[in-house]
Amino acid sequence: MHRTRCVRVTPVVLRGGDMSESDALPPHLVLSSPQRVLRQQQEFTSLEEKPQFPGASADFVDKLDFIQPNVISGIPIYRVMDRQGQIINPDEDPQVSARRWQDCGVEPRSHLLHPTHAGLSSGLCPTAGHTAGQDAPSSGPISPAPCTNPSPATLPAAVGAAYAFKRDNASRAVICYFGEGAASEGDAHAGFNFAATLECPILFFCRNNGYAISTPTSEQYRGDGIAARGPGYGIMSIRVDGNDVLAVYNATREARRRAIAENQPFLIEAMTYRIGHHSTSDDSSAYRSVDEVNYWDKQDHPISRLRHHMVGRGWWDEEQEKSWRKKSRKRVMEAFEQAERKLKPSPQHLFSDVYCEMPSHLQKQQEALARHLRLYGEHYPLEHFEK
Amino acid sequence: MAAAAGALRRLVRCGPQQGLGRLRQLRSGIHGSAPAAVQVTVRDALNQALDEELERDERVFLLGEEVAQYDGAYKISRGLWKKYGDKRIIDTPISEMGFTGIAVGAAMAGLRPICEFMTFNFSMQAIDQVINSASKTLYMSAGMVPVPVVFRGPNGASAGVGAQHSQCFAAWYGHCPGLKVVSPWSSEDAKGLLKASVRDDNPVVMLENELMYGVPFEMSEEAQSKDFLVPIGKAKIERQGTHVTLVSHSRSVGHCLEAAAVLVKEGVECEVINLRTIRPMDVESIEASVVKTNHLITVEGGWPQFGVGAEICARIMEGPAFNYLDAPAVRLTGADVPMPYAKILEENCLPQVKDIIFAVKKILNI
Repeated sequence: MHRTRCVRVTPVVLRGGDMSESDALPPHLVLSSPQRVLRQQQEFTSLEEKPQFPGASADFVDKLDFIQPNVISGIPIYRVMDRQGQIINPDEDPQVSARRWQDCGVEPRSHLLHPTHAGLSSGLCPTAGHTAGQDAPSSGPISPAPCTNPSPATLPAAVGAAYAFKRDNASRAVICYFGEGAASEGDAHAGFNFAATLECPILFFCRNNGYAISTPTSEQYRGDGIAARGPGYGIMSIRVDGNDVLAVYNATREARRRAIAENQPFLIEAMTYRIGHHSTSDDSSAYRSVDEVNYWDKQDHPISRLRHHMVGRGWWDEEQEKSWRKKSRKRVMEAFEQAERKLKPSPQHLFSDVYCEMPSHLQKQQEALARHLRLYGEHYPLEHFEK
Repeated sequence: MAAAAGALRRLVRCGPQQGLGRLRQLRSGIHGSAPAAVQVTVRDALNQALDEELERDERVFLLGEEVAQYDGAYKISRGLWKKYGDKRIIDTPISEMGFTGIAVGAAMAGLRPICEFMTFNFSMQAIDQVINSASKTLYMSAGMVPVPVVFRGPNGASAGVGAQHSQCFAAWYGHCPGLKVVSPWSSEDAKGLLKASVRDDNPVVMLENELMYGVPFEMSEEAQSKDFLVPIGKAKIERQGTHVTLVSHSRSVGHCLEAAAVLVKEGVECEVINLRTIRPMDVESIEASVVKTNHLITVEGGWPQFGVGAEICARIMEGPAFNYLDAPAVRLTGADVPMPYAKILEENCLPQVKDIIFAVKKILNI
């Protein structure tokens, strides 16, 4: 029997941020787990065999055992406030001033505003006076891509944009929102996999609100939600209470900072409940009980929670509520009036933007319309349209 | 399934060499030789175009399966990874949906990707990204977000690759506003159109042909220059004629020229038009030719229903050239069946030179 000279790999757990260039090992030796476990090679003389497969970095085991997916106690949910708006762990208080919230457009009692978006937009706003290396031509720090109300097709596109930012050393990240239903699409799988293999600075933000139109999560997936999929791709993942503005703010801000600093993707799953119907053509009482909806509306409404928090801090009271409602109503009505006074776009715009330059057949149609309007314009309500 | 598909793709190689020598003879007879012209295969012309555009603009990059270390499934990107490295030539996992989406997103963010499909049959995995994300975004963003991406790869029938790997997508992509679709035949077409496509700010689908990759053509000195472009949207008259107009794209153009060479011995002069661009189609050139010859035959490899020929016939009917037709226009197309695997069946499913000759004689009543 001869001794074989083997190389033993011992796990060394490092936080993702501690990795330096010189410590980087060939990709096949880096474990794809949320903790970025790196293995250091040691010379080791042994009779045992050690696995050297290119496809996975793991030890052998000699007992047949299937990994049990854990959906009873899944990935824990990070939160900062309890349902009464009290901060649970003072260390996690982001210490955001009332002014900051208002600067980023959070207005209490605004029915349309979802706190995950409030937390997100705040998380992405630069701190006053510091633009964090962003040089977007638009006026704000965030350049939204055309909102396709996260059709899953945008997931790989978001990764592509993040790749472009990385290539340009732009110190910018991409954030891509999608629902737990969209995460079932093949595009989502491709997006996650590419973000990890191309090492892109992207935040995948999943709003898990319990329903995809009428499909409840119990029919959408059998695993532990979306957050549990992240480690499968080698992506840092976290689950947060989506009804807690401060938790969403903390998680998003930290994920963005690290995504840019470390060029890696992050997955945030924000748990929440869809109180409204899916859309104006949906009547959700067809597939869920009104009691269930009422419970969430009364017991765990995200905006109520924020309100309790702000009242608790002395930033808000009934007086301000009344005067703010009045002001908001006035603003909305003024905006309506202004919009109604605006002229509709010129008919010439019917033909533009199909291509960067207008092709000849569309030009001809545009000219034909112009000729027609010159002759018969009086029969059309052209006074409502810009010239 | 994906692993098997990957293995299958690795087995697909260049087309057959038979008839190549004869083709070369015919071609030099038709085109003549210019001073300082060289013989360049379509593959090398594409390679040159990629090299020149990568060099010219840092934002241009190539991504796709096997494009980097393997030098390209059909060797179109040979040598480019060695020259430009990982940042410009990217090997992707086998997910067309994924890497097409990546390309679209990168284009939206300011880069100029060239996205290679191993064949356009696989683009069906990604067709949502091509149509909904690429072609419609400029319009849906009111002109704010252009998507300057080029989707390229071999299209249409090859040799013995079976039904699922032989489809022509000219009609599918040509249907969509927001996309430009080009279909080169010769090396000059390939190089000039690829360069023009990369420089175009719109999403462009470039339908190459695997059987043409190894075919050499003469390239003039002008065509060899680094700024040689073939304008998108303009057809080329490959051969002047007076008796009948043959309109075609991609590999069928060569068949039309061969048929014309045979017919000239019987006193029939065919005008052969190489469409070069499917969308926007150069209908004016076809109309001008029909006004001259009074007879129209379209030739394509794709299926007949809703095909390129159908569109040409409809447009001719709608325009002034209709009054000059002495006979109904005729479409020669691929047979309306999934492509068979057996060689003899496959050959007979595509328009051959003898079919073109037969159609010309029939339309001219000779």
